[in-house]
Amino acid sequence: METIAFKKIYTKLTQITKATCTLQASGIGYDEMAEVNGRLAQVVKINGDNITLQIFSGTEGIPTNAEVTFLGRPPMLKVGEDLAGRFFNAYGQPIDGGPEVEGEEREIGGPSVNPVRRLQPSDLIPTGIAGIDLNNTLVTGQKIPFFADPDQPFNQVMAMVALRAKADKIILGGMGLTNDDYLYYKNVFDNAGALDRIISFVNTTENPPVERLLVPDMALTAAEYFAYDKKETVLVLLTDMTLYADALSIVSNRMDQIPSKDSMPGSLYSDLAKIYEKAVQFPDGGSITIIAVTTLSGGDITHAIPDNTGYITEGQLFLRRDSDIGKVIIDPFRSLSRLKQLVIGKQTRADHPQVMNAAVRLYADAANAKTKLENGFDLTAYDERTMQFARNYSQSLLAIDVNIDTTQMLDTAWNLFARYFSKAEVGIKQEFVDLYWPEEKK
Amino acid sequence: MEKSKKTNGVVSGIIANLVMVKADGPVSQNEICYINLAGVKLMAEVIKVIGNIAYVQVFESTRGLKVGDTVEFEGHMLEVTLGPGILSKNYDGLQHDLDKMEGTFLRRGEYTEAINSSDEWDFKPLAKVGDEVIAGSWLGEVKESWINHKIMVPFKMEGTYRVKWLAEAGSYAASETMAVLEDANGREYPVTMVQTYPVKLAIKAYTEKPRPFRLMETGIRIIDTLNPIVEGGTGFIPGPFGSGKTVLQHALSRQADADLIIIAACGERANEVVEIFYEFPHLDDPRTGRKLMERTTIIANTSNMPVAAREASVYTAMTIGEYYRSMGLKVLLLADSTSRWAQALREMSNRMEELPGPDAFPMDLPAIISNFYARAGYVKLNNDATGSITFIGTVSPAGGNLKEPVTESTKKVARCFYALSQQRADSKRYPAVDPIDSYSKYLEYDEVKDYLSSHVSDEWINKVEEARNLLMRGKEANEQINILGDDGVPVDYHIRFWRSEVIDFIILQQDAFDKIDSSTPMKRQQYMLDLVLNICNTPLEFDSFDEVNPFFKRVINTLKQMNYSEFESEAFNNFEKELIATLKERKAA
Ligand SMILES: Nc1ncnc2c1ncn2[C@@H]1O[C@H](COP(=O)(O)OP(=O)(O)OP(=O)(O)O)[C@@H](O)[C@H]1O
Ligand SMILES: [Mg+2]
Repeated sequence: METIAFKKIYTKLTQITKATCTLQASGIGYDEMAEVNGRLAQVVKINGDNITLQIFSGTEGIPTNAEVTFLGRPPMLKVGEDLAGRFFNAYGQPIDGGPEVEGEEREIGGPSVNPVRRLQPSDLIPTGIAGIDLNNTLVTGQKIPFFADPDQPFNQVMAMVALRAKADKIILGGMGLTNDDYLYYKNVFDNAGALDRIISFVNTTENPPVERLLVPDMALTAAEYFAYDKKETVLVLLTDMTLYADALSIVSNRMDQIPSKDSMPGSLYSDLAKIYEKAVQFPDGGSITIIAVTTLSGGDITHAIPDNTGYITEGQLFLRRDSDIGKVIIDPFRSLSRLKQLVIGKQTRADHPQVMNAAVRLYADAANAKTKLENGFDLTAYDERTMQFARNYSQSLLAIDVNIDTTQMLDTAWNLFARYFSKAEVGIKQEFVDLYWPEEKK
Repeated sequence: MEKSKKTNGVVSGIIANLVMVKADGPVSQNEICYINLAGVKLMAEVIKVIGNIAYVQVFESTRGLKVGDTVEFEGHMLEVTLGPGILSKNYDGLQHDLDKMEGTFLRRGEYTEAINSSDEWDFKPLAKVGDEVIAGSWLGEVKESWINHKIMVPFKMEGTYRVKWLAEAGSYAASETMAVLEDANGREYPVTMVQTYPVKLAIKAYTEKPRPFRLMETGIRIIDTLNPIVEGGTGFIPGPFGSGKTVLQHALSRQADADLIIIAACGERANEVVEIFYEFPHLDDPRTGRKLMERTTIIANTSNMPVAAREASVYTAMTIGEYYRSMGLKVLLLADSTSRWAQALREMSNRMEELPGPDAFPMDLPAIISNFYARAGYVKLNNDATGSITFIGTVSPAGGNLKEPVTESTKKVARCFYALSQQRADSKRYPAVDPIDSYSKYLEYDEVKDYLSSHVSDEWINKVEEARNLLMRGKEANEQINILGDDGVPVDYHIRFWRSEVIDFIILQQDAFDKIDSSTPMKRQQYMLDLVLNICNTPLEFDSFDEVNPFFKRVINTLKQMNYSEFESEAFNNFEKELIATLKERKAA
């Protein structure tokens, strides 16, 4: 692989489409990288001597006599401690003016972990945000996206979570990030004095969309280096996976594949799963946790991108603006952390699961009462109380600006229960009621 | 089947994991071949042949594969290896032993043995020299963990044979000859403890497939009480993401009254399989006191493992199930999720540019699903013993919409329908099985009705029917209340609605993570249904509608405490007393 010396140069393309070009060549491996007039490309189809290349930055201006050289290897990333603190483009080339990284070259998009060699995720990731820690607790080795409309402050919340999560390394995979958002992340990490633990692979809106397809694999190859080789806890942030999926559909469309739902390729589930399943807890301490962003259009989660994502990830965090309190909250109905039961009531106080469920149930009663009100019906006294509870719950626990520890969150919830409800209405196991019901406030 | 000379070939084209191979001899549909990629052999299956070009789907990544790479055809279809030692193993979709693989990451072409041929087993003959035998006849047995694992005449053998020689009781390696069979022409066939069988062909070593009748207890109230599954029955669990399909299947795998559980993790999360790896070796099977892992075999083809092997994984699981069924055991087969298998079919059909059916799935999807479900069932074996495979698959409909090809095709063949509802999941009413839409066709079987009458109680079916009616009426009452307003309807409507809530909270809802509530034995289910129906039949008096809600909240709360308490314990009995006192407050004169 190291023999870069006499590479054969081809100069005759037989076919050019919007995304691909075809030429005759032999001895070429599937998935191999190539350069077409200096643009990076990858083998996507081999039929006898006919090799079809997908050119990441598009085929605009590519002539039939373009110079093609094959690199004899799949896409690679040089890994080493020096990655820390650096910014790269989708190909893993530095964009921060710094030197090339020295280190071992690794194939990106490599094999997956043998399931019997995984450890069950087990460490709680505290974020201080009650909408997460109380209702949707995160665990190392988990994969979970934010579902949010494009106008919601998901980048801010994600940056906040990342900084509070106490990870050894934070790896940002930016796909179709606006330049402003890219600079926002850079600033926040810089201000927090965290730049030396951050590694970024960024494709901005100014770069060709198809290049994005390399970003998650680049980010995760770096993550595997730190989590597996160096046994560190690694947090990978992927934003925005909707734009990643859009790039997939552009490619499959240009290659004339039959689209399935919402013009997405039929392989969308597998394509996304390959990325998200890189989240893992290794037995000897290292872990990869993936927090992603999937933007929705008009809150529609039945669209193929959020739908397939939901089937792959271990829950989702739903951001919603609560007009009653004028703040963005983590919606307790649509949000879910599937790994929470591994830690709640075990690494947190024993009443955690029951308190969490009771609060959400009462919040649901409030939603019903609200519907009643909107339909012009009278409210019962109970309805009124649930609505007061809901407003308070939203304000003091669900809002994303809350920053307290889990025990405080539980105490806050008990206080709200006692303020608005009887013990029977709350319906929690007697042993916990005996311990935590704040009697005197009744 | 075997060809005299192996066919060879060379790679002539590659599109992802679809590879075109120019063959130098005969190849058959679904034949297995190995592609040589720089010293590594990649397993693949023929899925189409045109002229001398075989289209093969590779069960691995084809990265680095080149035109001209050589291929060897094996002369047989995808097969599983059957013999003692399968129990408690963790396999990939092609039955390679995951624990035997080296390193943390999976490596292409690392194919490990499914069964250790050198392992020794204590053999006890069951047949005698001179016996007439056919495929599936029991020749002897070995103790595999706690199972009397039958050593059978290989399923591939057609016709009748005579036992010419049979090993004496003693300890033998799995690969040793245990019997010699002789056909009518005097030809001899040695038989070992291990045989192979193609996964796409059903094992038919039985005389008949009667209608199933015996209830399979699962400890899950919404199943056992309202929508029972039977030994040898089929069911499916469709539901949007996060609605509780996997939690429900895991509960089934822990609690169901089966001899053996085979779990096919088909294109879902690796962490969910890890949960089983970690928990099952420590959890007790309440019925036998053994560890759960001792009755469980896992076929893991998680979503990041090769897509083509996903399809194979469900067949691998089914064939292993059929093997154990032929020993007279009751097997529970669970597959999560059959939609991922259908999607794997779709990806391949797309790559082959076949004419697509609805939602771009292959045209023959309904037939494929129906053939698969048909392999489950309750059977009478050649020696009159019985065995069963109960199959429950999950379905992950796109957008949660049940009007999609996989759900619709499955609904035509599976007899139990456990529809998970987004709304119930959102309001944390777990398990989120929709009580109105879901059904068990087995409740219509006379055999099943008879069984329930004699094994549960005479009145059981009527009571279940009554509970179902109360739920329906409660739902209707609630709709009226929502349309007309709380005070726009008679108080009676509120009572009706809250009675259905009692059934919902106490019978339907069940906490899968609570030590006691998670599994309810039939006797306790019967007790609780009686109690709840009793409450529903108690005439109550209220002056106004706003007294109804607080009263029933108390009733429900007390009943819930009962659900969380040890059955018939002091706490349980005290809560019941409290309940009766509460009821008295409102009892109509
Ligand atoms: N019976 C239950 N009791 C308590 N919680 C439950 C129950 N069923 C489901 N849940 C909650 O719902 C979450 C999602 O359940 P589960 O993983 O089974 O969903 P799923 O339908 O398999 O989703 P997917 O299609 O994405 O795999 C669980 O992690 C748990 O928090
Ligand atoms: Mg699931």
